[in-house]
Amino acid sequence: MNNAVLVALRRLRAPIVLLVLVFAVGIVGLVLIPGTDEAGRPWRMSIFDALYFMSYTASTIGFGEIPRAFSTPQRIWVTLVIYASVIGWAYLVANLLSLAQDRAFRAVLETGRFRRRVHALREPFYLVCGLGETGTLVGRALDALGLRFVAIDVSEERVQELDLLDLAQDVPAMVANARLPENLLAAGLARPECRGVLTLTNDDQANLAVAISVRLLNPEVPVVARAMSRDATANMLSFGADHVINPFATFGEYLAIAIKSPGSHRLMSWLTGLPGTMLKPETAPPRGRWIVCGYGRFGSEVVRAFRGLDLDVTIVDPDEPTVDGLRVVRGLGTEAATLEAAGARDAAGIVAATDDDVSNLSIVVTAREINPGVFTIVRQNLRASSALFTAYDADITMVSSEIIANQCLALLQTPLLARFLGIVRNEDDAWADRAIERLQARIGAEAPDVWRVRMDSIDAPACHEALGRDDYPLALADLCRDCADRERCLECVPMLLVRGSETLVLPDEALQLRRGDTVLFAGRPAARAAQRPVLRNVNARDYAVRGIDRPGGWIWQRMTRPGGR
Amino acid sequence: MNLEKVIFAFFIILAATLNFGFVIGEIDNPLHHHVWEFFAAFVVNVIATVLKFGDRTQVGATHLATSLVALLQLCAAALIWALAPGGEISAETMTSIVSLSAGALMANVVSVVILIVETTLQRR
Repeated sequence: MNNAVLVALRRLRAPIVLLVLVFAVGIVGLVLIPGTDEAGRPWRMSIFDALYFMSYTASTIGFGEIPRAFSTPQRIWVTLVIYASVIGWAYLVANLLSLAQDRAFRAVLETGRFRRRVHALREPFYLVCGLGETGTLVGRALDALGLRFVAIDVSEERVQELDLLDLAQDVPAMVANARLPENLLAAGLARPECRGVLTLTNDDQANLAVAISVRLLNPEVPVVARAMSRDATANMLSFGADHVINPFATFGEYLAIAIKSPGSHRLMSWLTGLPGTMLKPETAPPRGRWIVCGYGRFGSEVVRAFRGLDLDVTIVDPDEPTVDGLRVVRGLGTEAATLEAAGARDAAGIVAATDDDVSNLSIVVTAREINPGVFTIVRQNLRASSALFTAYDADITMVSSEIIANQCLALLQTPLLARFLGIVRNEDDAWADRAIERLQARIGAEAPDVWRVRMDSIDAPACHEALGRDDYPLALADLCRDCADRERCLECVPMLLVRGSETLVLPDEALQLRRGDTVLFAGRPAARAAQRPVLRNVNARDYAVRGIDRPGGWIWQRMTRPGGR
Repeated sequence: MNLEKVIFAFFIILAATLNFGFVIGEIDNPLHHHVWEFFAAFVVNVIATVLKFGDRTQVGATHLATSLVALLQLCAAALIWALAPGGEISAETMTSIVSLSAGALMANVVSVVILIVETTLQRR
């Protein structure tokens, strides 16, 4: 039975029993007390008549004296019965109303509704824990990609704000603590449709708890967790989170890549961009002396990146931390004097890394006044301050929620992308520029969709069948042909081909495919949809690959078969 | 001793005994089956059912199910009684009323058995 019904029944036991007793006593009295009929003979109500009378009296409907006018003794009894039954009835109704107002009861109702909605999801979905800035951004992006998700958060306010996001889907969301495994189960963790868990709360401990619960309750499901420190990252990885995203460490790493090979950085940010973002012009942070204002979680990662490249760094921090080998200036960095002392006049770049948006803007504005040519990297803590940061237009603006969202999507879409990014990371600038040129020529400047195709009987049955025949050569280029017009090329580019233990990066499109090959494509979503028939439909395949426009039906096939009857 | 348990057991057993008292006698003889006894059995059964609401255990569920069965049978019997033509109870009507109540008695007996088993299993 439904949980809410059970709770309601248990709470209403006393008023119901009282009402039953009042009815019983009232009925007994009504049947026992005689009345008189038109002829003056005594008559008595049947039990049914009495029940009928009680029902309309207790509920204050009051049809009158049915079936006959009452005698005085009956009226005396009825007077008593009216008071007793109306009180009993009011008691029941009052209890019912207070139950509906009760927070605990409402929570039970909400949970029941949430469970039913999750249960009704018949499509693959992701489970998002934590609807802060990051969770909301990831939710939006999932929605834009047409992926379903279920959300839980401890804050009622944030769950309600989900309704204001104007998403294409109706997202089941519940106010619940994700640390409790039962809440994760209620959110569909154990369901076969659950494709992944994203735990994005701002509490490392909570994220760790979710990662552990998922590992134990449904080991099949991948977990992507957010971590704000290196310790937490290591801890989560050891407990079996599949991917841990530390936005500060990720940014530090990307910054190092941007300095070493600006092209690689540009390519990586483009491929992991949220849907709708455009390819940005190349920004290359200069080598030289850097000033880092604020030596917290973010500042320390940035300093680590600079030191990895043997760059000279000066730290500005009010707490004056001791970092061996580096000059530390005490102060916030918002005042010109502090920045002058840190050597802003001849610095190559400055990083405003405090956790206060106004201070960060103040730091970079002051720094540019002192040194107009300085390269500025500014940390934006709240998405609400976007307007200010857009207006200022720093060389690089670091938004941790966006970094996490980008990473999440890149990881969720296909694990092959992570492998590709790993390769890009180690390539030089010239290689990356060529790669960008090749991709952009075919698919434009908007951030592409990335997908994987495997030459097997499930993913690409038509191609799999063709590859099994000796007389049917199939090249990579054939997968990029439009099956409506084979001369037209689809807006997609193969980025990676995995064959056994071999990995080919940006493979030549003339390459012949083999069974079991896995190809990573980047392209427009429309191209992805247009490619599907070539992979799955034999007729579409024959047209795209060989230009044979074969009639579909069995009779036509027989009639046109060469040498057929 | 727990007052709630006493009341619970009281109503369950009273429902069974009243039901038994009504059913006993010649099945088609209206003189052997009094309307007040039926009424009392009915009311007590309703109360027993309400008292069983909201128990989430397996035993609680079976308890509630037996009571609902008894109530259903008694309702059917009450309906036949209320619909009797001219308010006169013929032998045939009485027979169906009593046989339906006997069915309810079965359910009530099961309920009592569950109660006893549950009590003996509890070693406190």
